[in-house]
Amino acid sequence: MRAQIEGSQAVAEAVVLCRPEVIAAYPISPQTHIVERLSRMVKGGEVGRCQYLNVESEFGALSVLIGASAAGARTYTATTSQGLLFMAEAVYNAAGLGLPIVMTIANRAVGAPINIWNDHSDSMALRDAGWIQLYAETCQEAADLHLQAFRLAEELSCPVMVCMDGYILTHAYEPIDLPDQSEVDSFLPPFSPVQVLDPSDPISIGAMVGPEAFTEVKYLAHRQHLRALTLVPDIADSFEQQFHRESGGLYRAYRMTDADTVIIALGSVIGTIKDTVDELRDEGIAIGCLKVGCYRPFPAMQLRAVLESVTRVIVVEKDLAVGIGGIVSADVRMALNGLPIPVHTVIAGLGGRSISAESLKHMVRDARAERLSEPYFLDLNMRVVDEELARRQEERQAGPLAEQLIRAVKAIGTKVV
Amino acid sequence: MVTVRIHGRGGQGVVTAAELLSTAAFTAGKQAQAFPSFGSERMGAPVMAFCRIDTRMIRTREAVTHPDVLIVQDPTLLHQVELFAGLSGEGYVLINSTFSLDELGIGEFLKSMPSDHVSVVPASDIGIKHLRRPIANTPMLGAFAALTGVIDLAAVQSAMRQKFPGSLGEANAAAAKDGYDHVVTHPAGERSGKDHARAN
Repeated sequence: MRAQIEGSQAVAEAVVLCRPEVIAAYPISPQTHIVERLSRMVKGGEVGRCQYLNVESEFGALSVLIGASAAGARTYTATTSQGLLFMAEAVYNAAGLGLPIVMTIANRAVGAPINIWNDHSDSMALRDAGWIQLYAETCQEAADLHLQAFRLAEELSCPVMVCMDGYILTHAYEPIDLPDQSEVDSFLPPFSPVQVLDPSDPISIGAMVGPEAFTEVKYLAHRQHLRALTLVPDIADSFEQQFHRESGGLYRAYRMTDADTVIIALGSVIGTIKDTVDELRDEGIAIGCLKVGCYRPFPAMQLRAVLESVTRVIVVEKDLAVGIGGIVSADVRMALNGLPIPVHTVIAGLGGRSISAESLKHMVRDARAERLSEPYFLDLNMRVVDEELARRQEERQAGPLAEQLIRAVKAIGTKVV
Repeated sequence: MVTVRIHGRGGQGVVTAAELLSTAAFTAGKQAQAFPSFGSERMGAPVMAFCRIDTRMIRTREAVTHPDVLIVQDPTLLHQVELFAGLSGEGYVLINSTFSLDELGIGEFLKSMPSDHVSVVPASDIGIKHLRRPIANTPMLGAFAALTGVIDLAAVQSAMRQKFPGSLGEANAAAAKDGYDHVVTHPAGERSGKDHARAN
């Protein structure tokens, strides 16, 4: 039924429709509304025989799920930012053990300096841990992706992260259509694990592997992961057939026919970019955009096929690899290897800075005029940067950077940024 | 598209106001999007929330930097936060206060705006009357309906009854009605919430 609800509530409802059996989570903003709602629903007896464990930490949360999933339960958790980093060791273990756990990442910046707002630093930090990563453009898609994620995870026996932008989606109210239980049941079959810990038929999982076989174990995990490149679009197609809307998939193209310039991005900023593309098209600029919906595995060949005739690619990414620049753009460059297509890196929206159509249009015009620095930081306040650099040149013990910059701008929450 | 920015402090129902406004628009058959921009996520810290209302699907996710309507739930923010940044000259302003614009020190600043686009509403007093707490958000939404006509009072009240079932919803709906009536009975030029406050 279509209703005006919050993204987090929609995700919680969608997870419940997937009939989870064990949920373990530790609350952290902006994931809190999802797990609060889930714990209430489990406590209220609305989630069948599901158990909700209020654990002592994120590390505990995922560790509990590793055990529960190995024992054959459908498992779910959600976290963000420092919480994801705190569970990092278990994140690798869940993937290495091939456990089909589904985890929502309410994307948030990683400190220091501490920042509760949205960017993709958290999920990007663990992009290579062996989990499939899906990114949602809207609250509707965030909810839908959970149905697809459980099916994908369980078909591959591989964990899946559903990444949704913190606050921008988790705390947004918009019209969302949630399916009913029978529809979800016919889309998502009961969990049939490929490996189960069973006391009556004991096995051990998680053996130590030496140099004789470690490469082969990793190679097979890589092969298995790449199978998602076929399964993700298949599942998205089957979702569309049943629910009559487009959700998920490896990528989605928007106004790409005859486009010479293409903006690539992940997550909710695609909405703003689509509006920007429309406005630039009205000015006569041949531009389109490409949403990467599945970032791990990375659909390199698929992107190469749709991009090979364009003249310029701009990757707008909400992350920064300190010391090199872009993360997504490095993958896009690899996908376009050997083709004469420049790939620009645009770092945007860090720590919750709003990404405006106005700034994007300005950036696109600069890119087309070959005026973009590499990497390019959208809306960087050079006045503050220059002042701070000058001050630091004069004084060796110039004091903590974060505190200085807060003084140079204004207190948190006093400006629309 | 109509864009709304609501300013207040943590704990004053700013985020709920944007949510209710979006539900009201949805109830009225429109497309709507609401989302917050928290400050430090604690009671008393400046908070703003945004709402967009349109007849078409809303795709943009950027903060509302150029609001058509500005709602100020806490007048103590007037000289602390850049409240009026980006406000269109033809926009609307609603302020929760029992003081006049001149007493608030912004009469001169808002002089260039159409006088029937600006209203001061004693929303906290209305909240105390109906909810026994200085709840300003629901009276302000009633006032929003009266001042802008973007959505009608019935839709606003319906959103409140959906969010707060039972007597709490009714009390909020009554507070919204008072907010609405305040704007209707204080036409352009009478920019003070004072009379109403005394009457109550």
